[in-house]
Amino acid sequence: MGVGHELGRHHSEWERSVVNDFSMVVATANGTGSQTANLTLLRSFFKMGIPVHGKNIFPSNIQGLPTWYHIRVSHEGYISRKPPEMLVAFNAATLAEDVASLPAGGVCVHNADLRLSSDRTDLTYYPVPVKELLKDVDVKGKIKEYIANMTYVGVVAHLLGVSLATIEEALAHHFGGRQKLIDSNLQVVRLAHEWARTSLEKTDPYRVEPLDKTDGLIMMTGNEAGALGAVYGGASLAAWYPITPSTSFIDALREFLPRLRTGPAGEPTYSVVQAEDELAAIGMVVGAGWAGARAVTATSGPGLSLMAEFLGLAYFAEVPAVLWDIQRVGPSTGLPTRTSQGDVAFAYGVGHGDTKHVVLLPSSIEECFEFGYTAHDLADTLQTPVLVLSDLDLGMNNWMGRPFEYPSEPLKRGKVLSAEQVEGLGFQRYKDVDGDGITYRTLPGNENPAAAWFGRGTGHDENARYSERSEHWEGNMNRLAVKFRTARTLVPGAIIDETPDSDVAIVYYGTTRYAIEEARARLADMGLSLSLMRLRALPIGEEVGAFIARHPRVMLIEMNRDGQLTAILRDDLPELAARIDPVTSLDGMPLTAEWVIERVLERRQTPVSGTITDLRSGSGVEVPN
Amino acid sequence: MDRVPLKLNIAGLSKADYAGNPSTLCKGCGHNSIANQLVQVAYELNLRPQEIIKLSGIGCSSKSPAYFLGMSHGFNSLHGRMPSLGTGALQANHTLRAIGVSGDGDTGSIGLGQFKHMVRRNVRMVYIVENNGVYGLTKGQFSATAEYKHELKYAGRNDFPPIDICMEALVAGAGFVARSFAGDAKQVRELVKAALSFRGLAVLDIISPCVAFNDEDDSRHSYAYGRANEKALQELGFIAPQEEIIIDDYDPGTVQVVELHDGSRLTLRKLEADYDASDRLGAMARLQKADEAGELLTGLVYYDDSRPSLAEVSGFGATPLAGLSDEQLRPSRESLTTLMHGYA
Repeated sequence: MGVGHELGRHHSEWERSVVNDFSMVVATANGTGSQTANLTLLRSFFKMGIPVHGKNIFPSNIQGLPTWYHIRVSHEGYISRKPPEMLVAFNAATLAEDVASLPAGGVCVHNADLRLSSDRTDLTYYPVPVKELLKDVDVKGKIKEYIANMTYVGVVAHLLGVSLATIEEALAHHFGGRQKLIDSNLQVVRLAHEWARTSLEKTDPYRVEPLDKTDGLIMMTGNEAGALGAVYGGASLAAWYPITPSTSFIDALREFLPRLRTGPAGEPTYSVVQAEDELAAIGMVVGAGWAGARAVTATSGPGLSLMAEFLGLAYFAEVPAVLWDIQRVGPSTGLPTRTSQGDVAFAYGVGHGDTKHVVLLPSSIEECFEFGYTAHDLADTLQTPVLVLSDLDLGMNNWMGRPFEYPSEPLKRGKVLSAEQVEGLGFQRYKDVDGDGITYRTLPGNENPAAAWFGRGTGHDENARYSERSEHWEGNMNRLAVKFRTARTLVPGAIIDETPDSDVAIVYYGTTRYAIEEARARLADMGLSLSLMRLRALPIGEEVGAFIARHPRVMLIEMNRDGQLTAILRDDLPELAARIDPVTSLDGMPLTAEWVIERVLERRQTPVSGTITDLRSGSGVEVPN
Repeated sequence: MDRVPLKLNIAGLSKADYAGNPSTLCKGCGHNSIANQLVQVAYELNLRPQEIIKLSGIGCSSKSPAYFLGMSHGFNSLHGRMPSLGTGALQANHTLRAIGVSGDGDTGSIGLGQFKHMVRRNVRMVYIVENNGVYGLTKGQFSATAEYKHELKYAGRNDFPPIDICMEALVAGAGFVARSFAGDAKQVRELVKAALSFRGLAVLDIISPCVAFNDEDDSRHSYAYGRANEKALQELGFIAPQEEIIIDDYDPGTVQVVELHDGSRLTLRKLEADYDASDRLGAMARLQKADEAGELLTGLVYYDDSRPSLAEVSGFGATPLAGLSDEQLRPSRESLTTLMHGYA
């Protein structure tokens, strides 16, 4: 919905109004404290009941490099990335580029102290005299710099129609009620707001109005949600090494655990250890898993590379472990502050030899929470590492969601024998008693003298004794394959939203869903119907092949170069391989619905192709309005 | 005494109950001697095998936890990564006692980082380095503890100074640092016993000669060796059976010269009875002086139990993390509801 829909409801000066349906970008320099200002705006829209989402596009830097914060408001609830119509230009370094990137009719709120030499006459400019406004503000030097960003909050609030009461509410949320901080920020907002009210004439169409569409919702980052899920999954040990964009996962654990996990005397029933590197981090997790505590680590691509050897050991020795990979762009250091789905293939098989891992693919904060505890249940049940593949976009940005539901089932601790059970049943560590490939284990400290076993990464027989015998090796590896088949029936299944006789079918996973699901609605308006299947885990279940078999072709959309999940599915479903077309994006940015629409329209016009092509370099297709 | 199977200790176990699987290491390997002493110590201290975990990295030394305390859980992990696995296991269950066995390659090279960080964290473990200055399983390369300018047939001359495990432990802040010789059964037992009662990480650097590959004359303690025997040892596929080197007890403050399998000599100097083990700088100076004199200082080099272990720093209660009930593991429904309000 855009301009047209508002005509009936608004008159005179607002006849061109665009209400609750636009994107804005705030351009600042990293380390200037703009995050508080941006989150205040984000939270304000949320508190007004308008569906909203913010994306921080930031540099790998502590201070000085450019950073952009995108906010999209959408009364329809679409929150994928959308090119901004409104710019808040507070960074001299990118000013020209930022202004140039606005569409015709765009809005530019800029710091008047910066030299702006744009000859574009198709924009609306609102210069803000920041120095002048801050002249009389009573705060000391360094803080003044931080608080300067509050001037654009005041001006934007006025221009869009956000009340000062709402801003105050948002600030109170941000600062957890600390009044001094709220007041010092608010005084600048008021000052700027008052200045804008008396000095600016609004001539652009963009504004917001209260709605009721965020009632009962929460707003949280994926990393916070995942960490909280881990806490409700009973994670007791976290070992980690700092790496963007996973660090805030552990930060969240360190916030939640002291509040939620203390014993009768207030003692911690958890341990968080900052390791010397990722090798040690995963080593601690595997050690804890072997000893019977639920343990988790969070990392990103480079860290996952370092964890490869331990993950192979844990797979082979069959030790539960949970690893969150908040994906960023690789290989190598890559683009450490941009988002990606580039670790899927590596994560699925990380470790040398015939290693295969359970991989969970969350797409929302609700799923981050749910998979947060499910991962530990699966790791214990299957006695194997479980890798949760989030990404920077999901992990570090704030997302709306429904309040998390308390786990409906008790913890699943898997086949762990007590001293009495060892007595009654006997114990052979690697014997497949139940035929599901999952064997029984005992924990150190088990009082039964027959409970002890010796874990190792070397070849072993059913009693965990060292063995180099071929039949022992083969038997054990084939049993692990049986266990992996069992895993297919236990992991979260794909979400299928099928339209009979749909024009195009799309398979996807993770955060691409927002652009794809918006594209679906836009394409429906154009008379094109889509069938969707969103994968939530590897290995795939039967429903995945069945869905693909019902469609002559499917587009598999993902954010990496080579179509990593395409390769995995083609390998798993050789008879359907030719039906799967990889459609990839690798620019480090979250997908836009427009990009998806273009890809779908292209596909509609080209015959089925089994080859991997970079569709982005293809000629552009007109997108009907 | 240990031939009498029914002689039980206070834990109700015979010495045989503390045995492990038969060793697959070379006959006469010092590592076997250490495993035997661990069995003896566990028996004498009435240890309950259920309360012990055995951990190791990769290498000849790291195989040995399979050869003692067969009724204890154990984990033969990755090369140089035993410290992290042990840290996790002991954080998960701080009521367990841990015996870690590593080698000079495992600790001094690939695992030096993890070793030093484990020392920093003061994880409660008896950390034994079975130190022979050579890589055995890969047939005779120098390890980081090999003596400067030492020569080996396979590896040639070692052009780099050794890493001194005890010195590294001291620098990293270890509260228990000791050195011994695998053939000095009595001293090994005494040090292991003391180490088992230590509140944090106890480092035992035990010189444990390799019968197969560290077989050259030591340049500093040169000793002519029978030519025929030397030839036989050059055949990499043939490892001559050797007797374990057992030395007689020697007095504190005195020197004992040990003849190794290849005929080279090792000069051990036992710390004197009135040695002040609480002086960290003094300990470093003594290690340095001994090195300059071509001697290996044995005994408890440094002791300071003032620093809490990682588990103590963590503030755990009596119940280990691995023993928490489901109710203790999963916070209440109400807590989630309350938390959700904060994000609305």
